[in-house]
Amino acid sequence: MSYDRAITVFSPDGHLFQVDYAQEAVKKGSTAVGVRGKNVVVLGVEKKSVAKLQDDRTVRKICSLDNHVFMAFAGLTADARIIVNRARVECQSHRLTVEDPATVEYITRYISSIKQRYTQSNGRRPFGISSLIVGFDFDGTPHLYQTDPSGTYHAWKANAIGRSAKTVREFLEKNYKEEDMESDTDTIKLAIRALLEVVQSGGKNIELAIMKRDESMKILVQEEIEEYVTAIETEKEKAEKQKKKT
Amino acid sequence: MALSSVLQSESADFSFNNDRSFSFGCGLGQTDLGFGAAPGDRLNFSIKASLGPDDEDGPERKIEFLHGTTTLAFKFQHGVIVAVDSRATAGAYIASQTVKKVIEINPYLLGTMAGGAADCSFWERLLARQCRVYELRNKERISVAAASKLLANMVYQYKGMGLSMGTMVCGWDKRGPGLYYVDSEGNRVCGDLFAVGSGSMYAYGVVDSGLRQDLSVEEACELGRRAIYQATYRDAYSGGQVNLYHVHSEGWTRVSQEDVLKLHHQYQEQKK
Repeated sequence: MSYDRAITVFSPDGHLFQVDYAQEAVKKGSTAVGVRGKNVVVLGVEKKSVAKLQDDRTVRKICSLDNHVFMAFAGLTADARIIVNRARVECQSHRLTVEDPATVEYITRYISSIKQRYTQSNGRRPFGISSLIVGFDFDGTPHLYQTDPSGTYHAWKANAIGRSAKTVREFLEKNYKEEDMESDTDTIKLAIRALLEVVQSGGKNIELAIMKRDESMKILVQEEIEEYVTAIETEKEKAEKQKKKT
Repeated sequence: MALSSVLQSESADFSFNNDRSFSFGCGLGQTDLGFGAAPGDRLNFSIKASLGPDDEDGPERKIEFLHGTTTLAFKFQHGVIVAVDSRATAGAYIASQTVKKVIEINPYLLGTMAGGAADCSFWERLLARQCRVYELRNKERISVAAASKLLANMVYQYKGMGLSMGTMVCGWDKRGPGLYYVDSEGNRVCGDLFAVGSGSMYAYGVVDSGLRQDLSVEEACELGRRAIYQATYRDAYSGGQVNLYHVHSEGWTRVSQEDVLKLHHQYQEQKK
């Protein structure tokens, strides 16, 4: 008897197979990486190479939810669109009823509870996306949260989702240094270096968005990304030379 | 209708989808609060019948209760002073001289009562419940702006159905002292000074002439006390005792409760 047909049925060993399969869908999506610095938060995504005739401005994987929160996702783009729309409305509803911008944790909780509702409804399937939500709260604290199709969410200092997320996460664990997070450039460089591990052909296939405290989200232009990439490569060469000498 | 959705909904699942419909006018009887009382059971101070929304002669306010009242609140450098009288009247009959017109929503939020006593106390207790749930969900206290907005939104759904409530929501949050006037017409106004009730004009006169931002706590308390006293002196529908509260950064404190007659003698002595 197959337990993976209906979402509302547990398997004998306690799995909700549809949720597990949704997580598989996420693993097929393009990589996204997020880093929380002290004064800046960064989201980077792997840009799939677009066809020649396609206008690449319409393929945006990083979406702003409000002036102070934005998110990236991995998985089914169409599902993400729904979540992003609902979250945007909820951000404004919160501003209306509470007269304050929503905290990053609040909007993450909202998104997660939508996802969870879809794991418990009849006739619907779970959302096939994991998302990285970053931003600054009203009091200036930076946050990075990750949600997944089951509806759970956790706070992270740095994380990756999508294809090769494991490799990128291991790279982050090895190279994340608390002191580096004080500097905006180092935070951004960490995100780019992590992405470069898994992205083919370097800077061209990276899309990066940053937000400094009290400023709005900024999507970096290709030239700026190239600058960082060249800086990273020079540093790498220097490190190699050092190693060779010793 | 909307009441049940406030009581049951619980946006723990952020359900913005209130697609439940209820029949008009069944109100309280339907909820699981155990109110169970039929409209006839209500405490009446007049011969004529109940205050249901299906009243033929229109909302004739059979229970006058607390429209005759004086309540005031003002902000100053050390927080908010809240002063109220304690008389309840039904027509020319003084029903009580010891009514508590300040509702303690939680240790840092106060609400005043003017209008229908039942309406005020019920909705403000409901507000207390919502505030507590907000605190638990968001791990921080609710702001005065948000609390007053919740109350205003709750009663707005009953606009035109005969609710009578004019309340001031006073508190201290991370933005400092907060004071909002909310009523059953749907008004919600932020301000530095409000007086509500039949004696409000007399109270305004006293507070307006004595209010400065740099008052000390005792001076501000005395100003509030004097204003209510003067209102009770001239307004027949206000009297009893003056209940005084002070809201500061740590929460609210009950400053004093003084009989108006005693204050009268005190001020007469001072004049000599």
